[in-house]
Amino acid sequence: MTSIKTSYNRRAFLKSSAAAGGGMLIGISWLASCESAQVEEALTMPEEWFDFNPYLKIGDNGVVTIYSPNPEFGQNVKTAMPMIVAEELDVDWKNVIVEQAAYNAELYGMQFTGGSRGIMSKWDALRMAGATAKHMLKEAAAKNWEVPISEINTENGVLYHKKSKQSISYGALASAAAGMAVPEEVELKEVKDFKIIGTSRKNVEGLNIVTGKPLFALDYHQEGMLIAMIEHAPSFGLKLKSVDAADAKAMPGIKDVFTIKTYEDDYEKGGFDANAFGELVVVVGNSTWEVMNAKKALNIEWEPFKAYSETINGWRGKSVVNVPAGLESTASHNNKMDALAAKKGKIVRKDGDPESMFKNAAKIIERHYSAPYLAHNCMEPVNVFADVRDGKVRLAGPLQAPGFIEPAIAASTGISVENIDIEMTRMGGGFGRRAYSHYMVEAALISQKAKAPIKLMYSREDDMTNGIYRPTYRASYKAALDENNNLTALHIKAGGIPESPLFADRFPAGAIDHYMAEEWSIESNITTGAFRAPRSNFMAGAEQSFLDELAEAMGKDPIDFRLELLQKAKEQPVGERNDYDPERYAGVLELVREKSNWSEQKENVHRGVSAYFCHNSYAAHVLELSMEDGEPVVQNVCCAVDCGIVVNPDAAKNMAEGGIIDGIGNALYGELTFKDGAPEQNNFHQYRMIRMNEAPKSIDVHFVKNEIKPTGLGEPPFPPIFGAIANAMYKATNTRQYHQPFLGKDKVLG
Amino acid sequence: MASFDIKINGNKKTVEVDGATPLLWVLRDHLKLVGTKYGCGMAQCGACTIHVDGKAVRSCVYPISQLKDQKITTIEGLSDDGSHPVQKAWLEKDVPQCGYCQAGQIMSAAALLDANPKPTDDEIDAAMSGNICRCGTYVRIKDAVKTASKM
Repeated sequence: MTSIKTSYNRRAFLKSSAAAGGGMLIGISWLASCESAQVEEALTMPEEWFDFNPYLKIGDNGVVTIYSPNPEFGQNVKTAMPMIVAEELDVDWKNVIVEQAAYNAELYGMQFTGGSRGIMSKWDALRMAGATAKHMLKEAAAKNWEVPISEINTENGVLYHKKSKQSISYGALASAAAGMAVPEEVELKEVKDFKIIGTSRKNVEGLNIVTGKPLFALDYHQEGMLIAMIEHAPSFGLKLKSVDAADAKAMPGIKDVFTIKTYEDDYEKGGFDANAFGELVVVVGNSTWEVMNAKKALNIEWEPFKAYSETINGWRGKSVVNVPAGLESTASHNNKMDALAAKKGKIVRKDGDPESMFKNAAKIIERHYSAPYLAHNCMEPVNVFADVRDGKVRLAGPLQAPGFIEPAIAASTGISVENIDIEMTRMGGGFGRRAYSHYMVEAALISQKAKAPIKLMYSREDDMTNGIYRPTYRASYKAALDENNNLTALHIKAGGIPESPLFADRFPAGAIDHYMAEEWSIESNITTGAFRAPRSNFMAGAEQSFLDELAEAMGKDPIDFRLELLQKAKEQPVGERNDYDPERYAGVLELVREKSNWSEQKENVHRGVSAYFCHNSYAAHVLELSMEDGEPVVQNVCCAVDCGIVVNPDAAKNMAEGGIIDGIGNALYGELTFKDGAPEQNNFHQYRMIRMNEAPKSIDVHFVKNEIKPTGLGEPPFPPIFGAIANAMYKATNTRQYHQPFLGKDKVLG
Repeated sequence: MASFDIKINGNKKTVEVDGATPLLWVLRDHLKLVGTKYGCGMAQCGACTIHVDGKAVRSCVYPISQLKDQKITTIEGLSDDGSHPVQKAWLEKDVPQCGYCQAGQIMSAAALLDANPKPTDDEIDAAMSGNICRCGTYVRIKDAVKTASKM
């Protein structure tokens, strides 16, 4: 067993009794209670609950409630996180009820689902929560039976003292155990002794989802609640000038039309307060359809804003961001990016003497890659319930991290954080978009002004045109080969609007003696932010396509070529800042080579390989496609992942499958373009999303088995699939793919 | 405003709404049946799929005034306890990620299997390609449709 000091957030554990009652908002205002209907059929509810710590309580009949601390948007953390607690508590999973924990930073620390950090960041705390309660139960049993605690064992919710042949259930002892002192140190299980972690458990919300139970903020209802919708400027670069609401106000069911300003001018924004449209026109009415219609009857004038600078107080400290004036277009963006890509950038890493290697090269291969803006397009459009009355704020909505937005809600409403409650509803997708939850502030201000509970709804058009988009990127890769066709130097130059996508210390940095990485960026007034595997979602495709082309030019098998580079990075690493582990990286390539039967050639099947490291995990894919009627049809994707210990294997496979399909869709079709500051796509008739007939026919997911503390999975399988499909398309058509989307408008293959 | 009598999930209901109101909003706002989801409002994503006389329709573009005597079934009416074969197959294959699009997916699948109990892969693609899943659960959805077809 491993010992762990419980000092980690120990203060929170000691304050546990306040948790269960204090912060909980669950149930009361939903149409029907989301959690209990399913559970009550299977389990008898206890007469009394005993709180052990913020993560769990045990009933007098042995039923255990486990609170999942982080918000859920499809990664299945609501199942996986409680599995970790149940493992260390040593209870039967059948006797576990799962509930979403309340937002309470003091008890749970950062409640953030994103960056593939959910399980990784809570692993220790979740294990400790289970182990601490188990220790307290053992203490109570030892006291009861007057035996040493070391002689007590547990199994499936029962305590045993073998010598005296005594046993007692957790339920029977819960009352006494809950009163025990929280231990200073607890023992954790060995990985080999895990009984729940590493076994597949069904999604705890499965039944509620397939029967259409209200789970999402969009489903929220409260008596007297009004519907609110917003109208934002049609173009980035515009602000509100005037509004004539007479027609809209006269329409049936409309209660009011007014304007709000999301952030005050002197508010210092945090890193996740991004919001292009601070001044909004709001329509409030009785029903969604009536409000949607009234929105069309608004007469609003917009005007260009002047360039300004703002100080953003982000995670890496304060920085000044310049927001230019003007109405930007994809055409003007492309011209600006072409110009900067041709100039010298800012050198962020240099190893050896790349200049002379290029000067003396026998052959130079240089390729240029590009990708457009992408919209997140979560299937559940932005929406949030707000009730701001009597000096209190109550919000229920989809957001990836309540802690990011709470200060802004307090500043904008003038209501202190102690009087703000945020309920984290299940999210209909997140993908980074819901880390930027300006809509929580908007909803709070609308409710405050309307003096009524409201539900703010974005239409799909509002959602797609008021985005915090994936930036548009460029990257140039240049390789020097000597007369023997050996790679002697690599030069990467990457940039974008408004940020560079470059990871200067990522593979193949560290594997090449002469290496240089440069970057550039261009300011913009179009809001951008995290999108599933930020920056990696572009760089992986560019890098892995280039390595494929390079391997071909060098006459090498693409997997062998990557493994040679990784061997060099392991044995004679260049530089000290390399951010990846070459051995684990090689591990996924070797696994995918084996599982995909890479050495076998199949008739009419074209294969592409790609691998990438990001968000602390490693993923490699072999994608197989065939051409049917001139269109690529993905037959199979073989995927290998190393994310350490896999908590819930079947759900983890689901996550990897999703990342692969989402990635293929974005690589082939994803594109948001701008004209005069306005997005040219505003709904799914213009913005093409991958559909079932375009998805791979099958996907095989394989995990590297090890005992490494779990790392992320939501993002890592996503970036490398861009390279895998590009490389397979080359094999099928003899044409390299440099510009995403590969099958965008007006593009034909071959 | 007008009064409409509708047959829904085996019940009769009367609603007072404008005749142009799409069934989606009648269900969600007036009948508080929120299992049917809003995704695009223009029949492009399938999140709002319901059955009208057993056929899959996009409720976001179906004005209530067009409804005559047909019977409406929503996800809540498919079964309340998950006992419909399509729901059972969805649970067996543990299909959902975020879950938001799944009611629409299930309603499309149920209508397909009613009309064609043993669909081919191409027939499944044709019937299901109107339903978008951003999480990318398509492989599992197809697997679940096939599983349900064997129940």
